Amino acid sequence: MEKLTNPSLIQKLTARFADQISVPAEPYGLLTFETGKDTITEVLKFLKEDKDLQFNYLTDITGIHYPEKELAIGVIYHLHSLRHNIRVRIKVFLPADKPVIPTASNLWKGANWMERETYDFFGIQFEGHPDLRRILNVDEMTVFPMRREYPLEDPNRVDKKDYFFGR
Amino acid sequence: MMNHPVFTDNDPQKETHTLNLGPTHPATHGVFQNVLEMDGERIVSGVSTIGYIHRAFEKIAEHRPFYQITPLTDRLNYCSSPINNMGWHMTVEKLLDIQTPKRVDYMRVIIMELARISDHLICNGILGVDTGAFTGFLYLMEEREHIYEIYEEICGARLTTNIGRIGGFERDFNDIAFAKIRKFLKNFPPIMKEFEALFNRNRIFIERTSGVAAVDPETALNYSWSGPILRATGVDYDVRVNEPYASYQDFDFEIPVGTTGDVYDRFIVRNEEIWQSLRIIEQALEKIEKEPKGVFHAEVPEFYLPAKEDVYNNMEALIYHFKIVMGEIETPKTEVYHAVEGGNGELGFYLVNDGGRSPYRLHFRRPSFINYQMYAPMSSGMLLSDAIINMSSLNVIAGELDA
Repeated sequence: MEKLTNPSLIQKLTARFADQISVPAEPYGLLTFETGKDTITEVLKFLKEDKDLQFNYLTDITGIHYPEKELAIGVIYHLHSLRHNIRVRIKVFLPADKPVIPTASNLWKGANWMERETYDFFGIQFEGHPDLRRILNVDEMTVFPMRREYPLEDPNRVDKKDYFFGR
Repeated sequence: MMNHPVFTDNDPQKETHTLNLGPTHPATHGVFQNVLEMDGERIVSGVSTIGYIHRAFEKIAEHRPFYQITPLTDRLNYCSSPINNMGWHMTVEKLLDIQTPKRVDYMRVIIMELARISDHLICNGILGVDTGAFTGFLYLMEEREHIYEIYEEICGARLTTNIGRIGGFERDFNDIAFAKIRKFLKNFPPIMKEFEALFNRNRIFIERTSGVAAVDPETALNYSWSGPILRATGVDYDVRVNEPYASYQDFDFEIPVGTTGDVYDRFIVRNEEIWQSLRIIEQALEKIEKEPKGVFHAEVPEFYLPAKEDVYNNMEALIYHFKIVMGEIETPKTEVYHAVEGGNGELGFYLVNDGGRSPYRLHFRRPSFINYQMYAPMSSGMLLSDAIINMSSLNVIAGELDA
């Protein structure tokens, strides 16, 4: 089998998805492209199951928040083809008021907790997820703390006033 | 796994009982809670609850300059914190396109492999304790102490090491450190042999662990496992080989793999990795001899935090010190993913930078977190005592699990 490289991967992707994916970039050699939430499942499935690609390893799912953008919430997938030893990064951006995206846990069971973590911190709803609950934060929490509008510490805290420290 | 009828708590037909294993149970070695539905001694189903020591490192990292994030990484996998420190430094160096001298790479390799040994030692020692053999644990703890003494000689700390700087090390390894490393390489193998003699062919240990929690490679990959537990299933994925960092391509070593992925295989794979790490350290010591002496950081004054005495006596050092501490350094607006082979698997750093004082977003791909999610599903149908040694052999570190 021919060794997969970034140019041949771009070729395969554009042949299959044409204008449904953005123009890929390669920061530090890692192929990165964006797609929409309607195509993400198909893209992931194609990358995982295509015989020449075999991105069989889901390295990571995480989120990001750009409050100034129209599509403010991002979901970032890192896939790894152990067969070809090449990585790819896929991004999907969603509106902040309705961040809904199909789950990847049907393709990889390992996506379960990664998506729960992403939900916990960014409030991204993964449709079809078997058990979308908070994972690291307490269940009673009402906010999604990794969004940019939440400060690192609660400004109403009273135990860290300056006068306690002689300031 | 088992099709067991599920009844509500008040149902008179309910024959199973609920067992709350953890969060603080002596056999779990950390803050792990599993609510298990038990049928006698057999687990019917389980639910893992995690997050007891969540410290919001990713949020804190968004408010800290790069060099202040190193202490956060210490507290991920605190059994092998130097690997986390180095992983973070290398992530930033990749972002800033800093080429470290070979000598720095070899020094890093030495400290990372020592960390890997100490990580595997504690895991395998504890596995012995959980199977009822305390002796091996005590043998190994003494050796771990010697590794910690080497850390102490290099950076002054033992557990949360905070070793190194972006661009290299804060100071050179002194002669005592090298002497201690050489002494460790001389004294440790006989003790490791003794430990292996205690366990590897021990019939009680084999019967206790062989066939327990066996995992096939497809399932392991589907659950995104990495590290020794993945290699125990027979998948030869190791970041040190797949994407060499810190000049790992210069070294001659093997990646041990198992066949069945059970607890015994994980134990053997970790033991074998310890031997390979010793091989790597020996080669690194040889290679360091050939490199120019006294080089312990890259010549990147705009990113490398200068020594304190230079800050007081040298104009440039003072300027760069101020710029680095105040976050005035110029960094590219881009994103980078860098992975290192941690004690438990692929430890990844996903860093999105907007050119500001601190990362725009930093995500830790924590192997313990991802490896642990299979624990509850794979426990159903298992005996409780097997589930305990399964947890030990997964080597889940609470700090890395919760971040």
